[in-house]
Amino acid sequence: MYEIDMLPAFKRLSNKAVQTIIYRIRRSALETRIFPELSDDRGDEGSPPPRQLQAGVTLAKRYAIQEVIGVGGMGSVYRARDMHFPNVTKLVAVKEMINTAPDPVVRDNIVQNFEREANLLATLQHPSIPRISDYFTVESRSYLVLEFIHGKDMEAIINETNGFLPEDQVLSWAVELCDVLDYLHKHKPDPIIFRDMKPSNVMINHNGDVILVDFGIAKTFQTGIKGTMIGTEGYSPPEQYRGEATPSADIYAMGATIHHALTRRDPRLEPPFSFAERPIRRINPSVSPELEAVVNTALEYNTESRFRAAADMKQALTSVARKTGALVRMSPPAGSSQSSGIKPLWTFKCEDEIRGTPTLAQGLLYIGSYDNNLYALNAADGKFQWKYPTDGGIVSRPALFDGNVYIGSEDKRLHVVSARSGKVVWTYFTNGPIRSSPRVAEGHVFIGSDDSCLHAININSGRMAWRFETADPVRSTPFVTNELVYAGCETGDYYAVDFRGELKWRFRAKRAITSSTTGLGQALFFSSMDGTLYCLDSRNGWVIWRFRLGKASISTPYAIDDLVFVGAADGFIYAVEAKSSKEVWRFRTEHQVNGSPVVYKDSLYCGSVDGNLYCLEYRTGRLRWKFGTEGAITGTPLVYDDIVYIGSTDHQVYALLA
Amino acid sequence: MNKLFRWLFGNKQPPAKTQDITDTAPLTEQQIQSIVNNQNPRFDLQQLVSACGQSVGKQRDLNEDSLLAITTTMAGNSGNLPFGLYIVADGMGGHQFGEVASNAAIRTVAGYVLRKFHPYLFHVKTDTMDESFQEIMQAAVTEAQRAIQREAPGSGTTLTAALVVGQQITVAHVGDSRAYFIYPDGRVEPITRDHSLVKRLEELGHITPEEAENYPHRNVLYRALGQGEILDPDIFTIGFPQPGFLMICSDGLWGVVAEQDLIRSVIDAPNLQRACQNLVSAANTAGGPDNISVVLTQLIG
Repeated sequence: MYEIDMLPAFKRLSNKAVQTIIYRIRRSALETRIFPELSDDRGDEGSPPPRQLQAGVTLAKRYAIQEVIGVGGMGSVYRARDMHFPNVTKLVAVKEMINTAPDPVVRDNIVQNFEREANLLATLQHPSIPRISDYFTVESRSYLVLEFIHGKDMEAIINETNGFLPEDQVLSWAVELCDVLDYLHKHKPDPIIFRDMKPSNVMINHNGDVILVDFGIAKTFQTGIKGTMIGTEGYSPPEQYRGEATPSADIYAMGATIHHALTRRDPRLEPPFSFAERPIRRINPSVSPELEAVVNTALEYNTESRFRAAADMKQALTSVARKTGALVRMSPPAGSSQSSGIKPLWTFKCEDEIRGTPTLAQGLLYIGSYDNNLYALNAADGKFQWKYPTDGGIVSRPALFDGNVYIGSEDKRLHVVSARSGKVVWTYFTNGPIRSSPRVAEGHVFIGSDDSCLHAININSGRMAWRFETADPVRSTPFVTNELVYAGCETGDYYAVDFRGELKWRFRAKRAITSSTTGLGQALFFSSMDGTLYCLDSRNGWVIWRFRLGKASISTPYAIDDLVFVGAADGFIYAVEAKSSKEVWRFRTEHQVNGSPVVYKDSLYCGSVDGNLYCLEYRTGRLRWKFGTEGAITGTPLVYDDIVYIGSTDHQVYALLA
Repeated sequence: MNKLFRWLFGNKQPPAKTQDITDTAPLTEQQIQSIVNNQNPRFDLQQLVSACGQSVGKQRDLNEDSLLAITTTMAGNSGNLPFGLYIVADGMGGHQFGEVASNAAIRTVAGYVLRKFHPYLFHVKTDTMDESFQEIMQAAVTEAQRAIQREAPGSGTTLTAALVVGQQITVAHVGDSRAYFIYPDGRVEPITRDHSLVKRLEELGHITPEEAENYPHRNVLYRALGQGEILDPDIFTIGFPQPGFLMICSDGLWGVVAEQDLIRSVIDAPNLQRACQNLVSAANTAGGPDNISVVLTQLIG
């Protein structure tokens, strides 16, 4: 454990004494130390990570550590009780800086930074700057003792708040922050540039007032031999990357901080200087245009276009506060009720629910229903052409090949009927209900069945070519590429089988794979009941990436360009970058999304169990329109020739203008 | 040729071939050439080859770059898979500790990745890995970030790492080292995006590409390994170019040698090792202002 008795003597500080402190750095110990990177063959383990102090440890015979309240790059921040006040509980914040650098020059530099923070804080007096009461060094650890702030940092508040923070609250914080910046910038003899304004450096205390913390960063931009400099990301203005730190840089960072607070978009996760690409009111329409204008001014690219001083920004903010007032709220933009006004071109009613997906060929639309029938309708006007009765519900999508329609039914059979007449050509029995859709390729039809087999059937003879046994029912639709057949089953096993019916590779998800597979290049995409969207290498089954969905999914992904779209039971439609698995957008529907999205031109169409068919801009996820049916939509829309066809559990097929 | 032999020797068997053309590793120059010439992407046995080159340059005393190239095959349940790990890291910082940072980055990332693949490389494992390539690379970069902050606080490094499994390259990238695809027909395609101030200003249209060439703060990075509390590396997966080359290099090469000369050095060279030597000497001929590191790989068959 921590050797408390070995502590060197420490010195209590008055403000004056700060500059006279001598750090006890053990140079002798350092000089004989061999750098771990030269001698260490334990791989990347290096030296063990520095330990945090445990609760109960007393530092400098005075500060009883209670718990860790923050972790930084150089050490932790603890809440401690000051034992010099035995009769009252006086809490302090103890900021620790662990000097792990193996090199003495680096170590010295770190100590200098630490000293600077202590010196700086000791000379400042402002309600938004924490008071320093003590500092000392114990072996390789240095400590600052600061006033304990009952509260939370702004970043935590942003993250813990559901939805957006109220404008008034952010506004009042911004005014106080401008006030403290103004104080720092007017500091004599030299202005102090805070240099690291960001939500995590702003504490909000129990009175709702802001306290600026962490004066230690105050980064200067050092030029090394290479001539390369490193800046801080996200909140810093362009000129700070060039090594210029001016009051104007703090104003920019201040704007960035407010932008983050109002939009909940963390600028560290966005490209630098990209605030203009994320206008506040587009993300959070409840913010007043006046406040947005002030933030935009602070975030101007050129320093001349920003507020000249923090005091000016404070002025602008207070006049916004007066104008908008606490009560005068911007009425949210009148949301046009986008569901109305859309009339279907035609509808057709079956005798039971439609859970499957239509297929279209040569002017005819084919769709199965839970009423056991496969229907053929005229795609132009929805007129009934013929129906073919099976002995079980149809929940899948028909396949068309060479003038025949292929459809699986819960009557355990694959039916092949003439596309023109609806007359049966042949049928094929499996030993379980069929919920998988047929896939025709290379002279065979591939289909899964609840009999826990993947079937390959010769399309000319209607006879089985082979049958591949799986662990559980196959409800996904087989996917064929690279001369392999891919299908997932209800245990979560996923198979790649060659054209002779032999297993090439196998993968296992944590739960059922009911979703079918989509391919893009060499990548396979499918979702699982384990709440993951998977991307696998089609050749060998290695996992390229996994994307976490909010809940389980049976929705088949759709891939186009560089994007993959999928729905999930959490009600969202997700758009994910195919290369990097980064989320591009997500759109919330009112219920589970079990069908698959499809993209046609620049729109994405997707149904939801909430009964609506949604049309979104596929690059941004913005709603174009939605169309309500009277039942849940579990199938996938079909778009052809500017017409969207969709079946609903309200028994109807709808044709809408795309 | 056969006709000539028959004419010379009558109807006898043609003489034994002087060149052994069975596929062995390492392949001869001619074998590689013939494979490269006839290659179109197939679902067949493939071989990954690589070479690398490094130089301190002409104006520096110290090498702050670090480089790693591991090329092998992984015997697995779906046949022998090419496996490779290639990393270039270019250290920097206010102290002479750039090389500590770039070293730590390479050791940590390679150590992490190889530990994950150890069971698949050295044991026959049939069950699939729990994590994805991208998750492994992300975790490796996060480890490296911690290692640098521990071993050389204040310093930083670029990192461009490519994990090759089969025909997929998973790249983790921070900073301004670069990865390129170079095609035999002379096309070149940068696959990484510099995290540099100058590139960002160019993207925003604040400066033109010409101004960028002469921008005074060309070396300023807004994202580097070891810097900042949130590190958001670019991680993506992309198919290996076939036919073509993957090149990873530090700015000591790409910042000094014109793109056209880079391409020529690669596609005119008889083999990868020579190509790397050509690239390094091209950078040194151009003044060698900075450390030079380059890795070249090719997937053949």
